[in-house]
Amino acid sequence: MTAPAIANAALDETTAVVAFPAQEPARATRDTRPLRLITCGSVDDGKSTLIGRLLWDTKAVKEDQAASLQRDSKGKQNDLGLPDFALLLDGLQAEREQGITIDVAYRYFSTDRRSFIVADTPGHEQYTRNMATGASTADLAVLLVDARVGLLEQTRRHATIATLMGIRQFVLAVNKIDLTNYDRARFEQISHEFRELALSLGVRQVTAIPVSALKGENVVYDGRASMPWYDGPTLIEVLELATTRSAQTVGFRLPVQRVSRPGESFRGYQGTVAGGSVKPGDSVVILPSGIVANVTKIVTFDLVRNAAVAGDAITLVLDRQVDVSRGDVIAAIDSQPMTGLAFDAQLVALQPEGIQPGKRYWLKSGSRRQRVQVQPASQLDLNSGKWNQTQELPMNAIGKVHLAFDEQAIFDTYEQNRTTGAFILIDPDTNNTVAGGMITAKRAALGGIHAEESRVILSLPADLADQLMATEIFANRREDAEVRRVTAAKAVEIIDAIDG
Amino acid sequence: MPHTHPETELHNPQSAKPPLDPHLKALENEAIHIFREVAAEFERPVMLYSIGKDSSVLLHLARKAFYPGRVPFPLLHVNTGWKFQEMIAFRDEMVEKYDLDLVVHTNPRGATENITPFSHGSALYTDIMKTEALRQALDAGRYDAAFGGARRDEEASRAKERIYSFRTPDHRWDPRNQRPELWNIYNGMVRKGESVRAFPLSNWTEVDIWRYIQAEEIPIVPLYFAEKRPIVERDGMMILAEDPRLELLPGETKREEVIRFRTLGCFPLTGAIRSRATTLDDIISELETATVSERQGRAIDRDQAGSMEKKKREGYF
Repeated sequence: MTAPAIANAALDETTAVVAFPAQEPARATRDTRPLRLITCGSVDDGKSTLIGRLLWDTKAVKEDQAASLQRDSKGKQNDLGLPDFALLLDGLQAEREQGITIDVAYRYFSTDRRSFIVADTPGHEQYTRNMATGASTADLAVLLVDARVGLLEQTRRHATIATLMGIRQFVLAVNKIDLTNYDRARFEQISHEFRELALSLGVRQVTAIPVSALKGENVVYDGRASMPWYDGPTLIEVLELATTRSAQTVGFRLPVQRVSRPGESFRGYQGTVAGGSVKPGDSVVILPSGIVANVTKIVTFDLVRNAAVAGDAITLVLDRQVDVSRGDVIAAIDSQPMTGLAFDAQLVALQPEGIQPGKRYWLKSGSRRQRVQVQPASQLDLNSGKWNQTQELPMNAIGKVHLAFDEQAIFDTYEQNRTTGAFILIDPDTNNTVAGGMITAKRAALGGIHAEESRVILSLPADLADQLMATEIFANRREDAEVRRVTAAKAVEIIDAIDG
Repeated sequence: MPHTHPETELHNPQSAKPPLDPHLKALENEAIHIFREVAAEFERPVMLYSIGKDSSVLLHLARKAFYPGRVPFPLLHVNTGWKFQEMIAFRDEMVEKYDLDLVVHTNPRGATENITPFSHGSALYTDIMKTEALRQALDAGRYDAAFGGARRDEEASRAKERIYSFRTPDHRWDPRNQRPELWNIYNGMVRKGESVRAFPLSNWTEVDIWRYIQAEEIPIVPLYFAEKRPIVERDGMMILAEDPRLELLPGETKREEVIRFRTLGCFPLTGAIRSRATTLDDIISELETATVSERQGRAIDRDQAGSMEKKKREGYF
């Protein structure tokens, strides 16, 4: 293929960049927390090359690293005379031997406007677990598609996992656009197809960008010279303006990591605030015991705080001697998490043995670890988007499951709280992490709602229900009660279900 | 604005420090969370303390995590016998000042076989005096978790590390078969003999470390600041020439230069840089315009391709 004259101009510009790495490293402003992003997509879509290009063009590659890159690239240099950017990322020997990404690599770079943590995740289906690992903490996903190939099953899998994990901002990078002769129609066709997929997943924020990672077009520098038809943002412009995941707005949550008792006079509960905020004087409930207490102090190393918010690692002091241990959750009394023995969840199976029905796994959520039986209910068909009934979940499957516990579990839905709604499953035979899961709802106890003959449903105005639940007597017996906030239509549905 | 505390922070009277910016605050919170999680889940944790700037930050975060209690695990210093003298003095000062438990281990082979960085070459020396010594010390203490100050921005194979990095009973790391690590839920389940290396500073960069040292007024070894010091040039590196065991080779001369260290290891394997940075402000602005990476001055990374990964697989931190 002969490149058009206009592309040659872009090429010269790019080559000039290569000659002077790290000339003016960026200084990040520090008034926001770093944006966490993942790059995903199928094998050979050019993820490592794209990140390498981002690092290179933001001057994050230092001279000695550039020198070893040039050295390592020998024999692999492309016809632009550029080094193999993927080698910046694929640091493991096996990755270099095979020319693929096996494991997540975390990279750090910044521009004048903000700093970034990027998880470069593998495209191979067998390493989907590592993609899920990267997605769980990301604010934004950059999905790569090869402009010549279009959307693949792996693209759909990654978009779906990213959505399940709560990512709501997508960038579709239609890469290798140079190899289609900058075909605008092709770009628009792929963007359209992806928007349909995103919409079906409930994602509305999609920015599609035609990109040549290799040539550095529309990554950090614009590709106007080759693609005058594209007047949207470059990748870096989108990243600079993206929002980080917001702190959850449901009530205060503190999963207790440790009880601190350095001496007789001090007893504090240590953990990271997982939602809402807290201040001295607040009434809190300790779950699962249901005991109520008041916060007297928020202790940190060098500050006496008069409030703490989601994300803060703190030590909480209460006004009375109560029995609190690791795994308990301290929560706002007027907005409590759900407690119960059975929950519904969605999960991603991460290991070759899949998820075995009825097997007793360890479940860890926050600092709480307990035994659970997992019953697969359905599996997502990535091509049709339909949930098919199933009894088993093989590796890399996305499924809906029922969880059954021996003792009280404490959760929010993942949608309401990304910490108290998430969990991992650990195989007791191997100690390996076999699944990542997200709570969708509480279920009636095993055996079905019919088994609970003494159950009474009280329908109260929301404010009255809140007041009632806030009383100490109710808090102490909250295992006996279940509070659901539902619309009238949903209530009819529930009551119908109970009536059978 | 999820991570700001408008008018919510009342300073201790003895502290005049302004609150951390949201970027450093987020990194600090994450590290404290990891410290507490490991301390709660493992029976015998230990913290690797190498006396460098990352170790200093790690120690500071450990003190914060367990305040008002004391640090609930010992510090382990694997001493090769070839550390900078100022580092040892600094170590003892910290232990005294913060009431810490310190375990020091040196591989006995060092003395009996007279192993030095000069006689055995940097690769073999590091293997015996650091990797093997570390394994000896971890076995002797029956530690099931060891904190380290490694950062993912240091080196390509470091970038692949989990925050909880699982090790077999013979301390091997299998980079192809790491446990998935989702959200901030860490899997700390190990069998007897197995262990976890935990890295609370995984997501920090070199500049973050320095900015945090500045913001939190964390004490560090004075070798990080520029000063006129005696040096010898060898293999393209400027080596500090104050230890009597450093013998000059034919053609080498000792001279004085204004230098500092960007990273500290064993003195014969750590190159100094020419620098006028005498304050933290100087160091930070020097870093922000630096054109070479931090590990450029470390001989042990350059022994062979994939050097760090190979060492890590065998139990190096």
